Amino acid sequence: MRIEHWLYELPLRLRSLVRRRRVDAELDEEMAYHVERETEELIARGTTPAEARRAARRAMDGLTLRKEECRDARGLNPIDNTLGDIRYGLRVLAKAPGFTLVAILTLALAIGANSTVFAVLNALILRPLNVPQGETLWGTEYGIDNGFHSYPNYLDLRQRNRSFEDLAAFNFLFVSLDAGHSPSSATGFGTTLNYFDVLRIQPYLGRFYRTGEDRGLNSAPYIVLSYAYWHSRFQDDRGLIGRTVEMNRRPLTVIGVAPPGFRGTLMFVSPDFFTPTTNQDRVDGVSPLDVRGNPRALFETFGHLKPGVTPAQALADLKRVGAYLAATYPKEFAQNQYELGRTGLTSFGGAVNVFMAGLMALAGLILLAACANLGGLFAARSTDRAKELALRLALGSSRNRIVRQLLTEAMLVSVAGGALGLLGSLFLLSRMADWQPFARAPVHVPVAADAHTYLVALVLAVLSGLLFGIVPVRQILRTNPNTMIKAGAGVHPARRVTLRDVLVVVQIAICGVLITSSMVAVRGLVRSLRADFGFDARVVLAGTNLGAAGYSADRVPAMQRRMIDALKTIPGVERVALVNEYPPLLYAAAATTNVFRAETTDMRPANVAATPYRYSVSPDYFEAAGTRVLTGRSFTWHDEKDAPAVAVANREFARRMFGSVAGALGQQFKMQDGTRVQIVGVAEDGKYLSVAEDRKPAIFVPCLQAPATTDYLLVRSRRDPRELTPAIRRTLRELDSGLNVDAGTWASMLDVALFPARVAVVALGVLGAMGVVLSVTGIFGMAAYSVSRRKRELGIRLALGARSGEILKVALGRPIKLLLVGSAAGVGLGMLASRVLAFIVYQATPRDPLVLTGVALVMALVGMLATWIPAQRALALDPVTLLREE
Amino acid sequence: MSRPSDLVQGTLDLLLLKILALEPLNGWAIGQRLKQVSGDVLQVSDGSLYPALHKLEQEGWIAAEWRASENNRRAKFYSLTRLGRRQFEKETANWARLSGAIASVLRIEEA
Repeated sequence: MRIEHWLYELPLRLRSLVRRRRVDAELDEEMAYHVERETEELIARGTTPAEARRAARRAMDGLTLRKEECRDARGLNPIDNTLGDIRYGLRVLAKAPGFTLVAILTLALAIGANSTVFAVLNALILRPLNVPQGETLWGTEYGIDNGFHSYPNYLDLRQRNRSFEDLAAFNFLFVSLDAGHSPSSATGFGTTLNYFDVLRIQPYLGRFYRTGEDRGLNSAPYIVLSYAYWHSRFQDDRGLIGRTVEMNRRPLTVIGVAPPGFRGTLMFVSPDFFTPTTNQDRVDGVSPLDVRGNPRALFETFGHLKPGVTPAQALADLKRVGAYLAATYPKEFAQNQYELGRTGLTSFGGAVNVFMAGLMALAGLILLAACANLGGLFAARSTDRAKELALRLALGSSRNRIVRQLLTEAMLVSVAGGALGLLGSLFLLSRMADWQPFARAPVHVPVAADAHTYLVALVLAVLSGLLFGIVPVRQILRTNPNTMIKAGAGVHPARRVTLRDVLVVVQIAICGVLITSSMVAVRGLVRSLRADFGFDARVVLAGTNLGAAGYSADRVPAMQRRMIDALKTIPGVERVALVNEYPPLLYAAAATTNVFRAETTDMRPANVAATPYRYSVSPDYFEAAGTRVLTGRSFTWHDEKDAPAVAVANREFARRMFGSVAGALGQQFKMQDGTRVQIVGVAEDGKYLSVAEDRKPAIFVPCLQAPATTDYLLVRSRRDPRELTPAIRRTLRELDSGLNVDAGTWASMLDVALFPARVAVVALGVLGAMGVVLSVTGIFGMAAYSVSRRKRELGIRLALGARSGEILKVALGRPIKLLLVGSAAGVGLGMLASRVLAFIVYQATPRDPLVLTGVALVMALVGMLATWIPAQRALALDPVTLLREE
Repeated sequence: MSRPSDLVQGTLDLLLLKILALEPLNGWAIGQRLKQVSGDVLQVSDGSLYPALHKLEQEGWIAAEWRASENNRRAKFYSLTRLGRRQFEKETANWARLSGAIASVLRIEEA
C-alpha cells in the first residue's frame, strides 16, 4: 500500500512543485467552472443573473480560502513556506552585509578549524593505514621507549601466540641503492616474507614475495619498490621488473611495485622499497638476525586479530608469551614488556593521541565560542528587529512561523560559513599532505579529507546553526506586540544580567583559555630552544654509513680512525670525534640498554638496576661535543676491544646507581651478557631522546668496544660552519668517493627532536589567533549594539551637557566589565589547561610573569580594538538629529 | 472548517468515493449528486468539496482529467483509481462495522 501510494503521490507532488503556476491556473479554472455552472443552474431555475452569480459565489464560502485549503491538501504550503523563508532570509541578510559577513567568516573559521583537526585525527588515529580491514590490525610494542624485537623473539611470538592470524614484522633500512646510474641513499623496510600477505594487499605491478619463499638467510634476494619511489626515481618504467639493483653493493631482483595508496606500515615514514628482512644482516654487519639478544633486528610486529579475539585478550596472550620468553631466555630477554598498539602509530601512539585529542577539544572550544558569539549577535539583531517582529505578530503571523524564519536565517549563515570553512580546510589539508617537514628524512603527514570530513563539517554547521539560532527564540516567544509597537525598541534599559552578557563572558573566557595556552606553549618552545642540552649545538656533524658504502664490520674501525685523522687536517679544526649510530637528540633515535649491579648473577628482567641511554663514542668525544666531564677521564684509543670494558656515566646514572658523582667513580656494573664494566668518568647530564624529557641516565662506552657501521663525526672548529661543511664533505669523499655524507650543525639537525613542540606551538598559535579574532568580534558586536541601542539616552545626556568621559562610561562600561570578567575566568582556566601542555612542550609553565603580562596585554588590546569604533560612534552622536529622529 | 460539523470525520471522503465509484464526474456535478441523493440531510457546502477532492487526489485514490463537460466546456473530471476502489471497499466495511456498533449501542434498553 505504502509504495503504491507514493507512486501516485510523488509525481503529483513534483508536478505541484515544479509546475506550480500551471497547477494554480488549473485550480482557478476548476473553481471558475463551478461558479459559472452553478450560476447557469440558478438562472435556469428563475433567479436573476446578478443574484444567481452572488449566490453561486456565496455557496463556495470564501474562494481564496478554499484555494488555500486545496494547496494545503496538495502539501504545497510547507515547501512554499520554506522557500519563502529562504528568500526572505537572503533579503534580510543582504540588507546587513557587514553583519552577514562577520557571521559567516566567524563560523567559517571555527568550522574550518574543526574539520581540519578532524581530518588529521581521522587520518592519523581513526584510519591509520590504507589497507583492507585495517580495524583488526594491531601491532605489538615491545620495550619501554621503542618497539624493537630480536628476530628469534619474533619467531617465538609468531609461533606461540593464540590471538593473531599471522604476525609480520619490519625494520628500517637506511642504505644506498644503485640502479646502474650512481648510488643514492634510500630508506626502506626490511620485512618478514609474510608482510604483504598479512596486510592483504595486491601489487600494482609484478608480484610480492610471499610466505614460504624463504630458505634461510639471504635466500630471497628480492626487492619491491613503493609506487612513489618507482614513479619518481624510475619514471614509471614497467621494464624494471626482473632487473637487478644493488643495495649496499649487493644485487637484488626487482619483483614488483606496491600499490599507490600504500605507504608502508609506519605513520610518518614512507619507505622507498621493501626487501625480505633476511637480507638485512648484510646491510648492517653488526646486527645479526639469529642472535636472540639483538634487539635491533626488527622494529615492530603486527597482524590481524583472529575473529572474536578482543584487544584485551590479545594483550594478555602477548604478556603470557613474554613471560615464557623471559623465563626461558633470562640472559637475552631484556627487561621489557609486550604492549599492544595501533599498527603504524605503535611507538608514538600515546603522545599523538593525547595531542590530537587536546587539539580537537580546543577546536571544539573555538566552535563553542563562535556559537556564543553568533548567538549574541543574533539575539541583538532580533531585539533590533523587535518592531518588525511585533508587527508581524500583530498581523496574525504565528510565533512558530517567526521562529522558523529566524532559524532559517541562522541556517543560511551556518551553511555558508560551513561551506567556506570546509573549502579553507581542504586547501590546508592538501598543503599538509604535500608537506615534508624534514629535508633529511622521508617523513610525511598522510592526511586527506574524505566523506567523514565532509559529514563532520555539515553536521557541525547545522548543529551550530541551531545552537546560535535558538538563542533569540525565548525572547520572541515572550514578545508582546502591543507594548512593543507602542514603545519601540529600547524600553528596558540595562537589565540585571541578560543571556547575551553570559554568552559574551563565556566566549571571552574560552578565548582567554586559548590565548593563555598558546602563549604558554610559545614561551615553552623558546625556553626549550635555549635550554642546556648537555652539548654544544654549534658543533658540525657529518654522518656516514660505512655499511652502505660496502665496508664489512671488521674494516669499519680502521676506516673510522682514518676519517677522524683526515678531518683533523682541515685548517681551523680543533677537535674531531665520532659517535656510533646517532648522537643525542638526532632523529629521536636514542637506544637504551639494560644494566645490572656488579653483584648480580641472575640477569633476569626483575634484577635490572637501570635502563640508561647508551652511546658508543670515540676518544675526544666529550671535548668535541662540549660535554663537561665532571670527574675521572674520558676515553683513549687504548680502550680497545681486548682492553677492560669501561664506561663514562652521566651524573643521573651515577646518582641513581651509586648515590653520587664521586661515589660512582671506579665502581662497576654489569651488562645483559654479564660483562663487568668499570666507570672511569662521570659527565654532565644532557638531553637524549627529546628536549622535553626529565633527567635521564646515560652511559658512554668506547667505540672500539661497541662498534657499528653507521656513525656521526663531530667537528669542533673556530670556522664558520657554512665554510666547514663543504670542506668536510670534500675531505671524506677524497677518502672514499662512494660515501654519502649527512652534514650540518648539530642545531640544524634537531628538527625531529623539536618537531612535536613546533607542531604544538603552530597549532596552538593558530587557535590562539582565532581566539583573539573571535573575542574582538564578540566584544565589538556587544559594544556596537550597546551604543546603537542607547542612542536616544546618550543623545539626551549629550544634550544635557554630559562630557565625553561620562558618555563613554555609560556606553561602554558594560562591555568592558564583561571583558574583564571573561578574561579573568579565561586566564584562570587557561592556567589549569596549561598543565596538560607541559607534557608536550618542554618547560611550558603557566606560572610565568611574562605569560601573565602577555595575556593581560593581549586582552587589553582586544578590548581597545573592539571598542574603538563603537566609542567613536558614541562620541560622534548629534543630539539634535537623534532626538528629532526618534 | 473544511467540513460541516455534523459530518463525521472521514465520512465526506467515503461519500465522494461512493459517488465516483459509479461514474467519473466533475466537481460541480459531484456537488449536485451529493445534494440529490442525500436530500438536505447532509449539508456539504460547495466550497468544502474541492479541498476534499484535492486531498483524495493527493492520496492517489482518485485521478483527475480535463475533459469536455455535459455542456461541452472544459471541466476537470475525477475518477476512482484502483487504489481508490480498494480504499472505498475498506471504508465501506469500516462504516458498516461502525454504524452497526453504534446502532447496537443505541438499542440497549435502559434498565
